[in-house]
Amino acid sequence: MNDSSIAVNSPTAFATSLSRVPGVAWILGLLVLTFALASRDFLSGANLLNIGLQSVILLMLALPMTLIIMTEGVDISMGALLTLSSVVLAWVLAHDGSLMLALAASIITGLVFGLMNGMLVALVKMPPFVVTLGTMGVAQGLALLATDGQSIVVSNDTLQAVYAGSLAGIPQTLLIGAVGYAVTHWLLYHTRFGTYVFALGGNPDALKLAGIRANVYLIAVYAFGGVMTGLAALILTARMSSGHPTAAIGMEFDAIAAVVVGGTSFEHGNGWLFGTLLGVLAVGALRNGLNLLTVPSSVQVSCIGLLVIVALVIDSFKGKK
Amino acid sequence: MSAASTNQRMAALAADLKTIGYRLAAALAICVVLTVLSDVFLTTNNLLNVLRQTSLLFLLASGLTLVILTAGLDLSVGANIGMSACIAASVIKLTGSALLGAATGVGIGLTIGLANGVLVALLRMPPFIATYGMLWVVHGVTYWFMAGTTIYGFPPGFRALGSGYFLGVPIPVYLMFVFLALGTFFAQRTTYGQEIYAIGANREAARLSGVPIAKRLILVYAVSGAMAGLASLVFLARMNSAEGDIGEAFTLPAIAAALIGGTSLFGGVGTVSGTLVGALILTLVLNGMNLLTIDASWQPLVTGVIVLLAVFFDTLTRKGGEARK
Repeated sequence: MNDSSIAVNSPTAFATSLSRVPGVAWILGLLVLTFALASRDFLSGANLLNIGLQSVILLMLALPMTLIIMTEGVDISMGALLTLSSVVLAWVLAHDGSLMLALAASIITGLVFGLMNGMLVALVKMPPFVVTLGTMGVAQGLALLATDGQSIVVSNDTLQAVYAGSLAGIPQTLLIGAVGYAVTHWLLYHTRFGTYVFALGGNPDALKLAGIRANVYLIAVYAFGGVMTGLAALILTARMSSGHPTAAIGMEFDAIAAVVVGGTSFEHGNGWLFGTLLGVLAVGALRNGLNLLTVPSSVQVSCIGLLVIVALVIDSFKGKK
Repeated sequence: MSAASTNQRMAALAADLKTIGYRLAAALAICVVLTVLSDVFLTTNNLLNVLRQTSLLFLLASGLTLVILTAGLDLSVGANIGMSACIAASVIKLTGSALLGAATGVGIGLTIGLANGVLVALLRMPPFIATYGMLWVVHGVTYWFMAGTTIYGFPPGFRALGSGYFLGVPIPVYLMFVFLALGTFFAQRTTYGQEIYAIGANREAARLSGVPIAKRLILVYAVSGAMAGLASLVFLARMNSAEGDIGEAFTLPAIAAALIGGTSLFGGVGTVSGTLVGALILTLVLNGMNLLTIDASWQPLVTGVIVLLAVFFDTLTRKGGEARK
């Protein structure tokens, strides 16, 4: 069977992906170096594990965000949706539902919003950022209404074990992240779905001319984002032992930042999944390092914003060549 | 002026009047419903309150309208209000001068807008992503600046800007009509305005006919930023206190007001006066929810749905009217 990865199907694509390596790797390396010098604790094993654990939720959002941005779209409802899914999950658990039922409810919540985003973008042809801005308001509103602004506290041993437990010495949270990455990699580089994701951003007309129902795949991309967000809600809820109506507001920004820093561009369907992984680690390292230096969370957000602008400036100069 | 261009201008004016007429009728219908449902709605106090809130939303959304006319978007207006208000507040406290504070507020807003314009026009970033990034940068700086504190208590002269009356009408309402006139004149009667419409309708054609695209784009983002700065002063004067999160709830309503008012996200279509009616409709809906004691938690949901509906109809209309790219 010869379904070798699409990214290396031409020498130029391979060359571009190589030329990207320095960009995000430099950023990551520079951040690690800076924080290692600034804080003694940064490079300790415990802290590195901490960065990994904290980055998994972000990774679960950034993976589908990569595919969405590759289709020249964006999903800024993800943070609000993660919040809503977490609230739903906690609500089901608090009302004596099983963890499986709660997880199913959380994933279905994500799926419904993902399908809604996808259909409005693909079928009605509404601009993705406004669609998801609208659904962000809806998800945020629902989360507030469902909780009355309060936390839903859950004490469920199985749930706690999801975050704290480990399998064969490896923390389960990391395993979930690894599986999420592997599945997305497989979808993007080894399936027809992935081929069409590349085509949706690069040349959607070619898809139509080839008689492929591009809309179905575009909807699927957003639906995938919803499902991954629903899954991420499991880790978030487990980590906080509660569902809080503003828990993950704005997290989509970290995800977009990770994707952009990782070298995926908003134009022409140029995406790079491994770059997103490095981007997630860069954002994770930045947050963690600034935390160690006791920089308040709001300023961390500004730093991430600057990181994005720097990455986009580099991106726009590359695009001009 | 030739007869043909006069006719064209009359036809455009008629189309604009029709668009606004429908929306005024909708606003009137909401008023009728609210009069039936609530005893309080049709009181002078409440109506003046509606007008005051409309004027604040309009000040913010009018600048944003110019941005949307170029097929752009400014998601940073809410964060801009927050930062402009907080820094203006601290300048007033430090110097005791309301005028200096007000100038600072508008200046900060203008600076944020200029930064947006540079990112969009010179670095060619997609507008929504540039201004979304700006949102978080500005937001973070504001939180850091305020460090969780509240600045409150301003001189009465300054407070009049938001809560004062002249001849029984709130002062922000006068501001609203001044900027309605200025905005309409600028958009409809100046070359700048025509160029802004041209950029949104067909950027390539505008470029080929010699419109300085980058300069005009920077101009509209700068105006949007400055208007956010001005709106922040009115809001600050009304609230009499400033906190880091003061502007957060404004972004979605401002976009909604422009869209309800008939401004198309695809560019080139819309009017500042339409945005005023859009702001009025949205304010009436939110005011009505308030009067009917519907929980404020419903507001983001309702505003979100309104935005979705407005874009939905905008998209359908545009698809019917022209071939999409």
